[in-house]
Amino acid sequence: MSGDGLLVAVDSKVHRIPAQVKIVALFVFVLAVVSTPAANFWAFALYGALLVAALVVAKLPVPVVSRRLAVETPFIVFALLLPFVATGPTVDVLGLQLSQSGVLGAWNILAKGTLGVIAAILLSATTGPRELLAGLERLRLPSTLVAILSFMVRYLSVVSDDLHRMRIARESRGYVGGRAGHLKAIAGGVGALFVRSFERGERVHLAMQSRGYTGRMPLLGEVGATRAQWMEGLTISLAAVAVAVTARVVGL
Amino acid sequence: MSGPAIHVERLVFAYPDGRQALYGVDFTVERGERVALLGPNGAGKTTLVLHLNGILGSVAGGSGSGRIEIGGTGLHRDHLRVIRRKVGLVFQDPDDQLFMPTVRDDVAFGPANLGLRGAELDDRVREALVQVGMQDHADLAPHHLSYGQRRRVAVATVLAMRPEVLVLDEPSSNLDPASRRELADILTGLDVTLLMITHDLPYALQLCERSLLMDGGRIVADGRTRDLLGDAELMSAHRLELPYGFDPLSVPGPEGR
Amino acid sequence: MRFGRNRIKNVRVHVPDGFFDAPTSIATGLIAAGAVGFSLQRANREIRETGPALAGLTAAFVFAVQMVNFPVGAGTSGHLLGGALAAALVGPWTAVLVMSTVLLVQGLLFADGGLTALGTNITLMGLITVLVGYFITRALLQILPRRTGSVVPAATVGALVSVPVAALAFTGLYTIGGAVDIPIGKLATAMVGWHILVGIGEAVITAAVLGAVVATRPDLVYAARHLQPDLILVDADGNTSTVSPDKPIAARPAGRSLGIGVAITLVVAGGVSLVASAHPDGLEFVGAKLGFESAAKDSAVAGSPLADYGVSGIGNAQVSGALAGIIGVLVTIALGLAIAKVASLRTNKAS
Ligand SMILES: Nc1ncnc2c1ncn2[C@@H]1O[C@H](COP(=O)(O)OP(=O)(O)O)[C@@H](O)[C@H]1O
Ligand SMILES: [Mg+2]
Repeated sequence: MSGDGLLVAVDSKVHRIPAQVKIVALFVFVLAVVSTPAANFWAFALYGALLVAALVVAKLPVPVVSRRLAVETPFIVFALLLPFVATGPTVDVLGLQLSQSGVLGAWNILAKGTLGVIAAILLSATTGPRELLAGLERLRLPSTLVAILSFMVRYLSVVSDDLHRMRIARESRGYVGGRAGHLKAIAGGVGALFVRSFERGERVHLAMQSRGYTGRMPLLGEVGATRAQWMEGLTISLAAVAVAVTARVVGL
Repeated sequence: MSGPAIHVERLVFAYPDGRQALYGVDFTVERGERVALLGPNGAGKTTLVLHLNGILGSVAGGSGSGRIEIGGTGLHRDHLRVIRRKVGLVFQDPDDQLFMPTVRDDVAFGPANLGLRGAELDDRVREALVQVGMQDHADLAPHHLSYGQRRRVAVATVLAMRPEVLVLDEPSSNLDPASRRELADILTGLDVTLLMITHDLPYALQLCERSLLMDGGRIVADGRTRDLLGDAELMSAHRLELPYGFDPLSVPGPEGR
Repeated sequence: MRFGRNRIKNVRVHVPDGFFDAPTSIATGLIAAGAVGFSLQRANREIRETGPALAGLTAAFVFAVQMVNFPVGAGTSGHLLGGALAAALVGPWTAVLVMSTVLLVQGLLFADGGLTALGTNITLMGLITVLVGYFITRALLQILPRRTGSVVPAATVGALVSVPVAALAFTGLYTIGGAVDIPIGKLATAMVGWHILVGIGEAVITAAVLGAVVATRPDLVYAARHLQPDLILVDADGNTSTVSPDKPIAARPAGRSLGIGVAITLVVAGGVSLVASAHPDGLEFVGAKLGFESAAKDSAVAGSPLADYGVSGIGNAQVSGALAGIIGVLVTIALGLAIAKVASLRTNKAS
């Protein structure tokens, strides 16, 4: 697992928007989507169109987005079960008795979940880890939390590499083993991985102290976003809010 | 400002898990000296150097006793800041030392803690990166650098604090021959007191006139590097081995320059 | 897309956007923010002494480990959530921060788990598993032999119980903020039944990981710091002296832990079940055939007097539902205690 997240390193208008703007924009957009009643199908079509436009401007390759989207979650299954298990009046579809509220609920979960994931991909594919951290710092996330996040992101690849190396070492020693053996080997490896990670954490702290660390991390020092950048970054989200409000006002 | 660069007396230390690593260490390093710290794995070398700027030991709340003076100043909780500026420590694994998102952030970490800001800080960072030849990589993330490059940046992070004493833990380990030579060039060009842990005996001979030999948590020998390396009995008693075909008596060392 | 059973069960269970209604998301968001703020305050001393790097590396560790699948049984696999384990290793408050950090990074850097559902995910996976796991661990340490090794069985039970309790909390949230009415009693039974299995996997891995850590660096285990023996120091002249070990962040002995832990668990279980049983079951649970029931069938709950999540013979549905929840938790705890006893007997014999 790389320490770069899903970042797609191309240059685009979306990439250049300051991270704090993008985080707020994502949040506002998803909030608008979530608060839209499921029966307003046209609203969801509009949200989808807005997102597609943003993906195009961000120059994100389709495979990147679809690969991430294809990550199945149990919630899709849950959604697909809903029409069968929900209570209330039913409709007859191809000989199956489906609950009306269940069908709508399934649609609700699938539509909102998918739009949320695509919006999140838009953020993580256009924002490097350092910019994200700087953005969170600008948004006044407590500094201790920013520091923990920053170390986590920095050492993600190191710890994953350790894990990978240990797995290779185990497998190259000709380990086969049934389920119990497998479990034991994994658990022992994970234990060793923790000790390694913990000791590295101790050493990193020592290295910090020996360079004069006294409990305050230096600010990542990103300059604030200009009003123009805020407006540009929030365009899509504000459009989404307008759609959400309209959906509420119009009703159906 | 008087007294030797490093003075250590009767230093004893046990790790929190109960394992004792130092059993009474004594030595002195004068200003401007370059000293190699040799010894087998587990001898306590790393533990010892972590004491030199007060990150292990009784000043840091650990279990131990003894006395340490840096440039004549006793190591005490009250002047840890000053000591940590004077003693620069380069850790063995550059991944331990490079913890910030980019090279630039990392080199700036130390000087920023010293209170530098703005243009002054930028100059300091640039200067340190130029010293190790990494000025073109300032905006990269550490995990995008090669191992040798990371080691050089690790040295730069410490140089940026302008230390009087530079302590390095196995600086040549895991380096390819070219990186190893480049690092030697960087180190010989510095005007500081140098204490260098190493298993690379030719490197010790090349860079350091004097060596300390450590084993079992004590200093067991102290003398000219050439003499120590030439003492076959001493060497084998402490599990030290010269590379095949290497003769310490016929190779030019730092004293010849 | 494939919806095969094995594929589904390998996936991290993150609540996506829009799964719960807005008030529930906001409420859990507030709970999560409060919990993180409180933990920051409580962990302040630990983090000052050990540094944020340690917490960050623990988070990187949890993140990496959540990628490792292990076989649970019946051809399925699961992965560690790590809440109870992290609590035992670095203490509850740091663990809450660690788990929240993991979820935040998964959400922002990897688009995993919705941003508006972040509060829900932190509450379920970062808060409940950690606190339940830790309280049970500390409580059991009160009654187990006073040795560092006792932390292994104690945290194992903590891990075992923490997962079904989180599942129960999920059910409770669904009752309050689920978009569609479904038979909650059945949902609870299925969720808890399935998550007892997941919890067993969590417990086994937690035990093995802690066992490995206790064997190599027992001083690292936060929950057992107060059980460390004194050190013997040899000075330069060969004189020995005994000093107490350097315990930067030793856990305070918690006399009331057992009571508090059990009380919290019971309140959660009872409360959720009460709410759950307030929703009368209407239709047949058709979906059961598709997944939930078959999952629950393997568990000890199905077919037992608790199967319908109401104790038979008690008229009032709500009271009996709550009673069932409480009995379920008590049975789990009793089971855990028995396992702990057996495990500690075995480690005693081994050493
Ligand atoms: N963090 C630690 N906790 C406990 N014991 C340690 C720790 N670090 C080192 N030790 C032990 O202290 C002794 C000396 O280690 P170290 O100073 O790293 O040796 P060297 O650097 O000479 O190889 C060894 O026995 C080692 O196992
Ligand atoms: Mg060493």
